Amino acid sequence: MTPEPTAPAFDSDVEAAIRENHPALITYITAGDPSLEDTKAYVEALDRGGSDLIELGLPFSEPIAEGPTIQGAINRALEAGTTPAGFFDLIDDLETDAPLLVMTYYNMILQFGNSEAPCASNSNSEAPRASNSDAASLRNEPTVGPFVERAAEAGLSGIIVPDLPAEEADPLRTACDEHGIDLVFIVAPTTEGERLDRIMSQVSGFAYVQARLGTTGARANVSTATHESLSRLSDYDVPKAVGFGVSEGDHAAEIIEAGADGVIVGSALVDIIADHGAGGAPAADALESKVRELKRGAVRGGDATTDEEQPEPEHP
Amino acid sequence: MSNGTFDGYGGRHVPEPLLEPLEQLAGAYDDIATDDEFQTDLRGLLEAFAGRPTPLYHASNLSERYDAEIYLKREDLLHGGAHKINNALGQALLAKRAGRDRLIAETGAGQHGTATAMVGALLDLETEIYMGKKDVERQEMNVFRMRLMGAEVNEVTRGGEGLADAVDAALEDFAKNVDDTHYLVGSVVGPDPFPRMVRDFQSVIGEEAREQIRERTGELPDAAVACVGGGSNAIGLFHAFREDDVAFYGAEGGGDGADSSKHAAPLANGTDDVIHGMKTRVIDNDVDVHSVSAGLDYPGVGPEHAMFRAVGRCEYQGVTDEEALAAFRELSETEGIIPALESSHAIARAIQLAEDGEHETILVNLSGRGDKDMETAASKFEL
Ligand SMILES: Cc1ncc(COP(=O)(O)O)c(C=O)c1O
Repeated sequence: MTPEPTAPAFDSDVEAAIRENHPALITYITAGDPSLEDTKAYVEALDRGGSDLIELGLPFSEPIAEGPTIQGAINRALEAGTTPAGFFDLIDDLETDAPLLVMTYYNMILQFGNSEAPCASNSNSEAPRASNSDAASLRNEPTVGPFVERAAEAGLSGIIVPDLPAEEADPLRTACDEHGIDLVFIVAPTTEGERLDRIMSQVSGFAYVQARLGTTGARANVSTATHESLSRLSDYDVPKAVGFGVSEGDHAAEIIEAGADGVIVGSALVDIIADHGAGGAPAADALESKVRELKRGAVRGGDATTDEEQPEPEHP
Repeated sequence: MSNGTFDGYGGRHVPEPLLEPLEQLAGAYDDIATDDEFQTDLRGLLEAFAGRPTPLYHASNLSERYDAEIYLKREDLLHGGAHKINNALGQALLAKRAGRDRLIAETGAGQHGTATAMVGALLDLETEIYMGKKDVERQEMNVFRMRLMGAEVNEVTRGGEGLADAVDAALEDFAKNVDDTHYLVGSVVGPDPFPRMVRDFQSVIGEEAREQIRERTGELPDAAVACVGGGSNAIGLFHAFREDDVAFYGAEGGGDGADSSKHAAPLANGTDDVIHGMKTRVIDNDVDVHSVSAGLDYPGVGPEHAMFRAVGRCEYQGVTDEEALAAFRELSETEGIIPALESSHAIARAIQLAEDGEHETILVNLSGRGDKDMETAASKFEL
């Protein structure tokens, strides 16, 4: 039996953005690549081009899920001195139609809690003597609260944390519920059974369906794993968006035709940013037109689905 | 302790696609590593290929100088020159039995990469090593050794070009190639089951040392000392003494000093955090990871050490570059044994303890030999 996803205790902007703009286009770029000012212009371009949701990567120095393309973006952003504080200032400044999500690693969320905590740093180098000490007093438990609070204040609608397993997600889920923010989880081709149930009981906004094994990166073909993943998820009543490997409008069309509610594009956009080096208007224009192409593809895929009168994924 | 956590530290903080392969690995480890055939094969190779048991050496000149009884567990005499082979043999045998035909590994000092290259050649497994550019330069001899044994060495140029970046690159490779590849993690770090698996394979160090020192002195030592990079040689030594009245001391890479902004001492001076798939202690964001020894130059540490620290079972302290170099020279001159720069941190800490005079018998893990560090030594000491 399939446990129902626990409905979030708030109205989800993220879910609404997908349902109202079905089939949805979700775009990703790394904040601070090549600078936070450029990111502002790029996000506005993604918004103008027709993104229905925009994910912004908050760079972390040990990103364990990314392929070379996004690693490169993260390195450029770190070299440009991107910090969580600067990132949130940018979000404060942004006004977009598309709700914004942050994608980052658990470390960044905990570190934010550490630096905000009243008794933050543990510069006490006197370690305890063997076998007589009070364990609790030595532990500085970092918390997720400050990050989520700041995210809510800046107007972010959702959080994605690739290295946070669902079984460890309770604190973050609770904090997100308190602040009315969605917590999106990634579902891999190998995710099934109990783990799938656990993820689906924690997820809100949408399920991020990874189309194929491996790390992110633009690829030429859309994998058949999309079809399989979607059919495994068809019993869960949460929007499904498919990512990893989408670089062209035709890919987007295929994915939507396979039954997805949305398509996620990252590496292809990051490539455009990398190709334009120092940034500026040409990069923004190129992003905007790529986004238009992708959104058109998604809509085309959606039309094909309605023509066949096949709203639910029923793939072999 | 349950599900791969050490009192809350550890766990599997990895992207979803890696969870299934890790679960499979944990299953294979639980099934295969406990069977008699596996244990017999492993023991045979540890003896005949790696050179176990290693001697326990009473460092009499050093003992006399500092008025304490200092014993060295001679892991430096193992094949390859460090304790790393204990773990590499165990994991490679497991990978072979689980049907993998490719090994990948990260390496800092190049000792773990060398050990992986050795077992790759031995068991006929394709082997690829990730090593930061900074380390390729300072541990060049080991790069040549790995290549000679048929391993491909990939120079990692991202980030700080060090051990942490090599781990990133190896994890990325693993995520792409989970079907045929075993990631032979080199220390008690990373997601479960690596910390407990590597600990189990390294525990032979302490098991032997415990027997040897009792035979020699009739009792257990007062203190056990080891350097801590990821923490495998330290856990390997400590594990057998966990329930004993033996004080544990871990020497981290203190770099310019644990209060400076350049060190690799997350236990003495860090915060609870998540890195490389585990919840553990990590150096602060505004600290640049640095140690004169490539094998200790890592921003995190094994989760079991984070637990030991939290419950007060072990005392961790940074040993500075300068202190380690002095110990490197001192052991060479007094005993005619050239320690690895990593192990020199443990020697330095043992000397401090002997000077403090609180412990009479001090057991030190001499985790590796210093041949690989000759170029660093030659330039520091103008040899
Ligand atoms: C000789 C030696 N000792 C110690 C270490 C540190 O690793 P660990 O803390 O896992 O023992 C290394 C790592 O390269 C090493 O080569």
